[in-house]
Amino acid sequence: MRKVYGSASEALDGLLSDDMLIAAGGFGLCGIPELLIAAIRDSGVQNLTVASNNAGVDDFGLGVLLQSRQVKKMLSSYVGENAEFMRQYLSGELELEFNPQGTLAERMRAGGAGIPGFYTQTGVGTQIAEGKEHKEFDGKTYILERGIFADLAIVKAWKADETGNAIFRKSARNFNPPAAMCGKVCVMEVEEIVPAGSLDPDLIHLPGIYVHRLIQGEHEKRIEQRTVRQRESA
Amino acid sequence: MPWDRNQMAARAAQELEDGMYVNLGIGIPTLVSNYIPEGITVTLQSENGMLGMGPFPYEGEEDPDLINAGKQTITELPHTAYFDSATSFGMIRGGKIAMAILGAMEVAENGDLANWMIPGKLVKGMGGAMDLVAGVGRVIVVMDHTNKHGDSKVLKACTLPLTGTGVVNQIITNLGVLDVVEGGLKIVELADGVTEDDMRAATEATIL
Repeated sequence: MRKVYGSASEALDGLLSDDMLIAAGGFGLCGIPELLIAAIRDSGVQNLTVASNNAGVDDFGLGVLLQSRQVKKMLSSYVGENAEFMRQYLSGELELEFNPQGTLAERMRAGGAGIPGFYTQTGVGTQIAEGKEHKEFDGKTYILERGIFADLAIVKAWKADETGNAIFRKSARNFNPPAAMCGKVCVMEVEEIVPAGSLDPDLIHLPGIYVHRLIQGEHEKRIEQRTVRQRESA
Repeated sequence: MPWDRNQMAARAAQELEDGMYVNLGIGIPTLVSNYIPEGITVTLQSENGMLGMGPFPYEGEEDPDLINAGKQTITELPHTAYFDSATSFGMIRGGKIAMAILGAMEVAENGDLANWMIPGKLVKGMGGAMDLVAGVGRVIVVMDHTNKHGDSKVLKACTLPLTGTGVVNQIITNLGVLDVVEGGLKIVELADGVTEDDMRAATEATIL
């Protein structure tokens, strides 16, 4: 059974269809599956629903799929950095379902863990709670949120072995593990594929059972907000 | 003189206690990390998956894999730990974070908070704010007392879509410090040169 593919488009071959639900890892532009996003753009697949914390910026990350009008609906917690997103949403061209960030992460984790719904206090008394089941536990009110079961997950890790056991780097882990877990199929892009046995099994962040196809590639890894401090003069 | 942004952040830092795990929001709350009192150790959580957030990097040392929840480049510390977003909000929802210091568009006298959208105008999203106010032990809002038109942001009831209901414990503004208590707000402290009359005049909410 071969998991390693030669390119992003090869790895996505046969997995894309119009109207599908895709879960994507990444936070802002950090740890996003940029190669797979570009290959999805090139595929021309239409009417996508995408669950992702953010929507990239206008010309990078998921923003490129908004530019190309391939996205019908986003499930996100924060879209503040994307002017094209805001324009499409306010003009009614794009559907948007706001999810609190922790609820979105847990919806993915739950879906991947076979849990169709869970109760949370997050959002009680707000717009988010409208139309959702309310239930009291020990005197506190919670709302029912649904697990996400995505047709496809696209994620990015730092290193993986050829069986898909993966390690992430620093804060680029973010939504990648829960997104990977909730996909019926998960395609992962990494900076380096290493032979099985070269990663410490005790230090695997995401076991290869969640990863079905794997590619290695060059990543731009764009920085969204470059902030620095001055060196104290010697 | 009312407090400036840095003085508000410095005042909020006085609320920190040794050993606390704390989440700081975007804007003025981020400045709080510059004023952590001497002798006190707090661990900053960044909800994109990090405990032990360090300062901004020196020029040339920025790492695209290391950002905070405001997407700014940051650094790690010797005790830093990384984790995924589901784990991050598990610790937030699970009550492990002692305090959140957040910005706001409006706060009401019953502790209601609005800080995530202006219908028809501003569509950014709540990010992690709804989870934070629902889960952390104590919520402090740091913001200007009035908006740019001079209208009070400390209200009897919020007019904007809510982030949470009855969640705010304390409000720190350029005019002073207010606690949210039964029946309204209580003045804890006034900024230098601000009188109680100034505070009451700038506040729509009930001050006890």
